[in-house]
Amino acid sequence: MTTSPPVDQLGIEERIARLGSRTIKKESKLEALKLALSMIDLTTLDSKDTPGKVRQLCAKAIRPYEAMPDLPSVAAVCVYPNLVRVAKKALQTMAPGCRINVAAVATAFPSGMSSLKFRLEETRWAVQEGADEIDMVISRGKFLAGEHEAVADEIRAVKEACGEAHLKVILETGELGTLDNVRLASDLAIDAGADFIKTSTGKIQPAATLPVTLVMLQAIRDHYYRTGKRVGMKPAGGIATAKLALQYLVVVKETLGQAWLQPDLFRFGASALANDILRQLVKERTGVYQSLDYFTKD
Amino acid sequence: MKATTKITAKAAVKPASKLTNKKPARPERCLDFKTVWNYKASPESAESAKLEKRYELFIDGKFVPPSDGAYFANFNPATEAKLCEVAEGSPADVDRAVKSARAAFEGVWAKLPAHERGKCLFRLARLIQERTSELAVTETLDTGKPIRESRAFELPLAANQFFYYAGWADKLGFAFPGRRPRPIGVVAGVISWNFPLLMAARKLAPALAAGNTVVLKPSKTAPLAALKLARLAEEAGFPPGVVNVVTGGKATGEALVAHEGVALVSFAGATETGKAIGKALAGTARRCALELGGKNAYLIFEDSAIDQAVDGIVDGVFLNQGPVLSASSRLYVQESIAKVVVRKLRDRLETLNVGDPLDKNTDVGALPTRELLQRVQAHVKAGLAEGVTSYQADQQVPKKGFFHAPVLFTDVAQSHRLTQEEVFGPVLAIQTFRTAEEAIEKANNTPSGMASGVWTDKGSRIFSIARQLKTGVVWANAYNKYDPTSPAGGCKESGLGRDGGLHGLASYVELN
Amino acid sequence: MRNYGIYVDGKFNRTESGRYFQFRAAQGDWAANLCNSSRKDFRDAVTAARGAFAKWSSAAPAARGQLLYQVAEALEGRKAQLSEELQHQGLTAAAAEAEVQASVNRLIYYAGWADKFQQVFSSVNPVASSHYNFSVLEPVGVVSILAPEESPLVGLVSAIAPVIVGGNSCVVLASSSRPLCAVTLGEVLQSAGLPAGVVNILTGFRSELLGQFTSHMDVNGVLYCGEAAEELKTVRENAALNVKRVSHSPRADSSAEEAQGPYAILSFQEVKTTWHPIAT
Repeated sequence: MTTSPPVDQLGIEERIARLGSRTIKKESKLEALKLALSMIDLTTLDSKDTPGKVRQLCAKAIRPYEAMPDLPSVAAVCVYPNLVRVAKKALQTMAPGCRINVAAVATAFPSGMSSLKFRLEETRWAVQEGADEIDMVISRGKFLAGEHEAVADEIRAVKEACGEAHLKVILETGELGTLDNVRLASDLAIDAGADFIKTSTGKIQPAATLPVTLVMLQAIRDHYYRTGKRVGMKPAGGIATAKLALQYLVVVKETLGQAWLQPDLFRFGASALANDILRQLVKERTGVYQSLDYFTKD
Repeated sequence: MKATTKITAKAAVKPASKLTNKKPARPERCLDFKTVWNYKASPESAESAKLEKRYELFIDGKFVPPSDGAYFANFNPATEAKLCEVAEGSPADVDRAVKSARAAFEGVWAKLPAHERGKCLFRLARLIQERTSELAVTETLDTGKPIRESRAFELPLAANQFFYYAGWADKLGFAFPGRRPRPIGVVAGVISWNFPLLMAARKLAPALAAGNTVVLKPSKTAPLAALKLARLAEEAGFPPGVVNVVTGGKATGEALVAHEGVALVSFAGATETGKAIGKALAGTARRCALELGGKNAYLIFEDSAIDQAVDGIVDGVFLNQGPVLSASSRLYVQESIAKVVVRKLRDRLETLNVGDPLDKNTDVGALPTRELLQRVQAHVKAGLAEGVTSYQADQQVPKKGFFHAPVLFTDVAQSHRLTQEEVFGPVLAIQTFRTAEEAIEKANNTPSGMASGVWTDKGSRIFSIARQLKTGVVWANAYNKYDPTSPAGGCKESGLGRDGGLHGLASYVELN
Repeated sequence: MRNYGIYVDGKFNRTESGRYFQFRAAQGDWAANLCNSSRKDFRDAVTAARGAFAKWSSAAPAARGQLLYQVAEALEGRKAQLSEELQHQGLTAAAAEAEVQASVNRLIYYAGWADKFQQVFSSVNPVASSHYNFSVLEPVGVVSILAPEESPLVGLVSAIAPVIVGGNSCVVLASSSRPLCAVTLGEVLQSAGLPAGVVNILTGFRSELLGQFTSHMDVNGVLYCGEAAEELKTVRENAALNVKRVSHSPRADSSAEEAQGPYAILSFQEVKTTWHPIAT
């Protein structure tokens, strides 16, 4: 049975406000922007997604901005299971041997409202299609009904279905109501074998927030203290600006330190963020404020 | 031990003072806060303080030179560079100031319609808000505290103090049911250097709202905020003599306390000085209000929101580098969670940026004087001699300036000096407890009674413990929160009277 | 000749010093022996008061009020004896009766405040941050009372009642020229069921005991009744040793109605402010 310490909401908010007052300028900002770029799971999760769009996304993942070839690639592209094969192939073709992962949202994303059997099947299929990472959703209904063990069992089952693929567990924190629940769900997911815990599907508001992320990072920290095992963190949804991304990096830096300040253990699930980072990077380099018209929208 | 990697150099650096006692190795699963990506120095410009070369006394609405022409040099504790020179008020100057305050009290201030007094206070509050930048940088240059604290903590509190009491000026009768409150006369505000602007505001606002006039004697260590405030008071339209500022050292303060024209000495500072003031006034009809020190306790129970409790203790003891009357320098942790709390505290220590107070990213600045630095160093040394375990972050502090990196001590006993003496520096002594009774007994086991903190998730326990802690303020699941509406002040030897809120008016009125 | 004891920790004792002084009635040849209390008696009384404080201060305010009301009843029951003592101390029969009545009234007045002064003088403070913040009054602890020299009953009662109704315990030095009623008041308190140690009453000489009453480091407050400048100076000097709360009550004629009020209770109350976050 997973038990979690209580979370003091006001304390979390105050800590976030404090960390939000960090000033990041010039080289420090440039460094951080590149770091953030390298942590992005470049995401497209629209029902109207096409193979063409996914291929374009992959191109951008490899080389975010043609005019600045020295920029890092992003960490992964994140798509629906039926586009995994397209993404995998596009990456291999355009950049053989590149380390960009393909992540698939599975388990009846975004609601999770299907039988466990189908969710496991979908997971296995996505892995077969070539997914390196699986982003699953938990059953919020069961969680809120207090069936915590059932939720943990499901996560364990999905983890098993993942095989070699990494498992990111989406808590959908916007539906959990309190930070105490966020903490408990984080601990449940971590105990059940999550490689990453992730805030949101992006389909529910509020999606990722800094306070929620801090609570999840604290769960990760406590797990590390206890076991020495490092679990990754992925805030997703609503992180659209470079400025906000930098605030997330501050929180990671001061909560977990160096080990988590890399794409192995920290990701941004975002679609619009990359362009804003690029805009900032170009501005830092040229000194001229940029228009989004100069960056490809995918 | 982790390898020492150089942090981004801000200035010439020296290693943090060596602690030689039992210093345990970092635990196996330690977090590494020497990150590749770091914040670069982002200092505020010292220029925005708009400091003058020389500051005079503010008496009867004018800046006037001291009668015997003496000035003292005022230094920036972070660089040890001279900032400016400030008038050393003589007893004759004190006499002039008190007489001007008395004349203003009898002549204009007490006769002014109460709502007009309130308006002056409102205007002063607005002016403080407008000059936030200038005042915050001044405060940081003068005291060594981080600019973030000056700006985010002290400035808004100081301005709000005036806003709050402004409204009381014409409503005093409602604060004292059945009585008709009257002003008492000339108030001498003798204040400490730790929050020069906020302390000035805490004494001035209720005193002025109640219809008194004030002679303010700021600390020699940090006199600038009061002088800037005097200028703003003039701008706000206070009649000449209502607010006077006499700068100087001990002799100036003693002359003010001894002056027969003073009706009330409102003092903030060291307990010993407070007692001496009490004694000095014994044979007179004059009163005192005292805001003195404390060796404040902070209790963490095993059911706490531990991460926030750790944030709370960091704010509790390292705010302003430690010299806070309510600093929580004694931490009591329930035994079952002691290890994890200490571990978390150690990791938090690693993330605190110690250095240039003007840098917006600095968490811990400089102590205000070399004497205090030496006192803290001696205290730490004495602590080590008592056989405790110490932890200090793997950090470096600037070579010049009065910096002291934060220190934790564990294995501390109730009898140790670390537990008994007020340090006024970034030093935390940690003990464990098993039962609530034990925690309360240890927490109360001190002659002081300023403030305390208690962390637990159990509501009924909070009320029970809050009731039993003998302190003027209890922060439950919080620490070092201040608000102008909220009375604060010490029980036992930590003070007389309250500052803030409705109860903060009581010292400044006559009720008969 | 009657021997009066001292009232410490709920019991009537002789002074440990074995010293006595004689009281002679204003008229006639009635006389009594009274204890000339020593510093040791005072120390023991402080220990008793400290011991009683925890329970008394945490008793329900209404219960404290009820006890005071019972004291008033018991006092009224001793009207004859008190009146006689007052006459020995120089009052006319009518004045003595009036003083007992005023004392009864005074006790009832403060009994009524027991569960009300908190409501009138505490506050909920509208802080800007998301905290619930409230300030309540709590008793300071052990209070030394130097009872008025001239007003042997109503002055004494007026000194004690506001101190204890607020939850403090106290040690009282009775008037040395008019000490009789003080000891009888002790009997009244005992018979009314006031817990032992809440009020301790010594007889003796202010000149000898003032220093002890005001310097003891386990005493948290001093109520000084009187107008001697030198005494007041000593009181305040000694109080500064551990920042005792000092209240000075110069009023000799304390039967006047304006001599009573809740502010006498507040003199020995501390304001305690508690903060707690408001969040989900």
